[in-house]
Amino acid sequence: MALETQDILRRSATTMESAPSARSFRPEVAKLIDLSRCIGCKACQAACMEWNDLRDVIGTFQGTYANPIDLTDQSWTVMRFQETEVDGNFAWLIFKDGCMHCAEPGCLKACPAPGAVVQYANGIVDFQQDHCIGCGYCITGCPFDVPRLRKEDSRVYKCTLCSDRVSVGLEPACIKACPTQALTFGSKAEMRELAAHRLVDLNARGLAKAAVYDPSGVGGTHVFYVLPHGERPEVYGLPRDPSVGALVGFWRSGVARALGVATMFGVLVAGILHYMRYGPLEVPDESGGAGGKEAQP
Amino acid sequence: MTNSWVDIKNADLILVMGGNPAEAHPCGFKWVLEAKAKKKARLVVVDPRFTRTAAVADLYAPIRPGSDIAFLGGVIRYLIANDKLQHDYVRNYTSAAMLVREDTGFDDGLFTGYDEAKRKYDKSTWNYQVDRDGMLRVDPTLQDPNCVFQRMKKHYDRYTPELVERTTGTPKAKFLQICEAIATTSAPDRTMTSLYALGWTQHSVGSQNIRSIAILQLLLGNMGMAGGGVNALRGHSNIQGLTDLGLLSHSLPGYLTLPTDDDADLKTYLDKRTPKPLRPGQFNYWSNYPKFFVSMMKSWFGAAATKDNDFAFSWLPKIDAPYDVLRVMQLMNEGKVNGYVCQGFNPLSSFPDKPKVLAGLRKLKFLVTIDPLPTETSEFWQNHGEFNDVDPSQIQTEVFRLPSSLFAEEDGSLVSSARWLQWHWKAAEPPGEAKGDLEIVGELFLALKGLYAKEGGAFPDPVLQLAWPYRIARAPAPDEVAREFNGQALADVPDPKNPGSLLVKQGEQLPGFAVLQADGSTACGCWIFAGSWTQAGNQMARRDPSDPSGLGITPAWAWSWPANRRILYNRASCNADGAPYIPTRKLVWWNGAKWVGNDVPDFKADSAPADGMQPFIMNAEGVGRLWAPAMADGPFPEHYEPFDTPLAKNPFGKILNDPAARVYADDWKAFGKPDEFPFVATTYRLTEHFHFWTKHARIPAVLQPEAFVEVSEGLARKKGIRNADWVVVKSKRGQVKLKALVTKRLPTLQVDGKEIEVVGLPIHWGFMGQTRKGFITNTLTPPVGDANIQTPEYKAFLVNVEKA
Repeated sequence: MALETQDILRRSATTMESAPSARSFRPEVAKLIDLSRCIGCKACQAACMEWNDLRDVIGTFQGTYANPIDLTDQSWTVMRFQETEVDGNFAWLIFKDGCMHCAEPGCLKACPAPGAVVQYANGIVDFQQDHCIGCGYCITGCPFDVPRLRKEDSRVYKCTLCSDRVSVGLEPACIKACPTQALTFGSKAEMRELAAHRLVDLNARGLAKAAVYDPSGVGGTHVFYVLPHGERPEVYGLPRDPSVGALVGFWRSGVARALGVATMFGVLVAGILHYMRYGPLEVPDESGGAGGKEAQP
Repeated sequence: MTNSWVDIKNADLILVMGGNPAEAHPCGFKWVLEAKAKKKARLVVVDPRFTRTAAVADLYAPIRPGSDIAFLGGVIRYLIANDKLQHDYVRNYTSAAMLVREDTGFDDGLFTGYDEAKRKYDKSTWNYQVDRDGMLRVDPTLQDPNCVFQRMKKHYDRYTPELVERTTGTPKAKFLQICEAIATTSAPDRTMTSLYALGWTQHSVGSQNIRSIAILQLLLGNMGMAGGGVNALRGHSNIQGLTDLGLLSHSLPGYLTLPTDDDADLKTYLDKRTPKPLRPGQFNYWSNYPKFFVSMMKSWFGAAATKDNDFAFSWLPKIDAPYDVLRVMQLMNEGKVNGYVCQGFNPLSSFPDKPKVLAGLRKLKFLVTIDPLPTETSEFWQNHGEFNDVDPSQIQTEVFRLPSSLFAEEDGSLVSSARWLQWHWKAAEPPGEAKGDLEIVGELFLALKGLYAKEGGAFPDPVLQLAWPYRIARAPAPDEVAREFNGQALADVPDPKNPGSLLVKQGEQLPGFAVLQADGSTACGCWIFAGSWTQAGNQMARRDPSDPSGLGITPAWAWSWPANRRILYNRASCNADGAPYIPTRKLVWWNGAKWVGNDVPDFKADSAPADGMQPFIMNAEGVGRLWAPAMADGPFPEHYEPFDTPLAKNPFGKILNDPAARVYADDWKAFGKPDEFPFVATTYRLTEHFHFWTKHARIPAVLQPEAFVEVSEGLARKKGIRNADWVVVKSKRGQVKLKALVTKRLPTLQVDGKEIEVVGLPIHWGFMGQTRKGFITNTLTPPVGDANIQTPEYKAFLVNVEKA
């Protein structure tokens, strides 16, 4: 497969060279979510369903403005509403949740199915459902608890950052729908500049600890936030220092592979030794006691 | 809106009170965030609930529903007491200096002239003092005890921060913080914009809520300024167009009014409505009323309207009383209404006191609904269990459902809150048997006309003579109707200033309302829309976003009434000499020979500043009214309690409720008392839904699937309610069952020495659509309206809440 022509940087469970970036320069893209401008209108949620042709079930009221109350295979972004106190003042924190498109994606690292998770040269992390085996390792591998398994087809789904739109020069659907410019889209460099600019304004309004959330533990993200209360990302439900779990790191490392090969070899040797000592396995008589027990209803 | 959505970006301070634009107007709200991001504007929110708007505010204060006049009156007192007025503006552009009659007064809750039996004021003592020439007397020093300024100072002297806190429940410190923020905009180079919506209008004192902010903005010099104004955020995409075209029982297009029984002929009618100037040298633009009216009659009746028959004046209905929604429901209940045509409207869901509406609909002989969807109203006769528990076999009303097109299935224009007429184009054909509203009305009209032609009838003239000049008679086209609203010359109109030349040639579309004539030589369906479809074509279809001034005026984007003017009263953005108060935000200015500017000057173009003409040209006084003698319930706003009030006594005086609000005899018993209904409720919309409509669509139904009521943590503790529990909410009118959202965003307020809990009720659910079935929230709301225009009091009433 000519991965270069697809601008694929990385591919799950595949050893490959990085795509040659000399052919075409594709800047890393990013979505900036400025929570100080977000009013929780859910236009992004509706636009996501429209563009990706998703239709979640009509649920019930769950004691919050949020609905659906969590990400699902049909809701790739949701708004969360949190009532809390920050520095003695009441705050109603409105948070848009969804895939962060990590530079070092835990899902991709964890995925054992070749090509089910890919990362494009522009930084977007995308799932290729035709390669997905439904094992759910990507769910375990994600430090933000984003991917969701669809029961009907046993494949995993999440935000694509509208890779289909971005590839033809459009912004993601949620960006297009956002009425307040809480969501903006552009190159990562531009978005970082915009975020820095926003912090100046927020600091002037007394939000001295406003900060950008672009965690280094996952190499930075292509969806990142301006948090008005930046010193406490956990009040928004964001992990303070997310990283790809040690287990996933171990699983995808050379040590794990060597250990795996060693284990396989060990089992083979043990089998041979076992045969040498005890000889072939003999099937007990059909009318024997042990077999009868298993036959009971 | 006096200003526009985009103009919000010019504000230094944004006061959101009586509205929740982040929730109900998220697209327009972008300009609030633009002002914050680019202009360092501050956002102040005063609301009974900590709303989505409050979530991004710089300053928030809670307030008890129905106590806005107490709050705003307190701000007026603060400004006067702390001398935070825009003095130049107040002196020159408001009625502060005008003298009112000595015998007018106010005592313990009542203005002079009240007739308790009729619940009406004799307003004659509220008039101004007039000199021998019929001109108003003034005291420019503002010292005369009878001048409006001194009267106002005295009236609001009672609105102390302590009494404000006691009445509104707003903590005094918060109130004063907000006063301080508002007062900063009295500086000539700073402005505040006021954004409000139904949170101010849907009260028995709704009109006076708006009067309060008008007074405040005049005192601060914020009217006519970029980034200022009093801005009503309208609740539907075209509700501005509805009022512009006079779709209210007492209105005619362009804010003209229907004749009454007293108007025996055209002259009597016009004399009453054509104001005489009250001060020397004023424009007094309504003096053109006869031109607007006669041109409208020519548009309606064409050649059949002649000078000899008073331009068909006698064919207009003479109204005996306003037929507002509350009155129509009352009459329906009395069995006095046979048929009801309900076009794009869902009264069972949207009128107050659902039980009364249901009882009314049952008494009709026939009901016609014209709507794209089956609505609660069109299905009122169906049994939907506890949500609509009726027995269809006992309902004799015959219901006709005429399916109509949706907005995306027709061409036409919508008038935005900002008075912009924006043309839109059909994107799809309506499905099945659905037809456009024009076609439905066209076919109905032709059928009725045929019957009148055949059978005669009691009064066939208005129907038989109505001009109907459309290409396809049964289906008038939107562009044809739009051209009629703009109007055309029926004869050559000579230019009085240049003999021999013409203002407009016969048969041409009119360039604007300045050329309208009262002699029948021009036709114009709606004078304020003149200029929207000229000889140059459809101005509403223009889509040039260029903004040369950078103030968001975009003069070539769509078309704004009047005369493509984007900011009303913009002459007041300049001082008396004609120089802008804020040089960096110049709207208009006097260039030495005439008025010019970035916006279309709202003024007589050649009236030099030295002539002394004042900027409020639609008022016969020429200035902004601090004193409004035409209001039904008083020349100054006064705090009265809602009709469902938690207080036994009005903290401001002995009169409890608005003394001029209309209450039908049977309805006095429909109001609740706090011993039985201890909590204060208010109703509202959520972002995820549009009224009772989007619950029919899958995605909005996913986003907000089921009815709920918001209650404070205090109330939840008192009643043992946990989040998402089922509860029953009861009012004197009825009860609903729904789930509770227990939240810190609703306050427990200290009002007049007692704890007041506020209960929040979104309105969207019903028994039709894709969402979970729910009770109609308006089961709970009271059948009383605003004293001036009868807008129902949906925003403040009493309920009880119990765990189900």
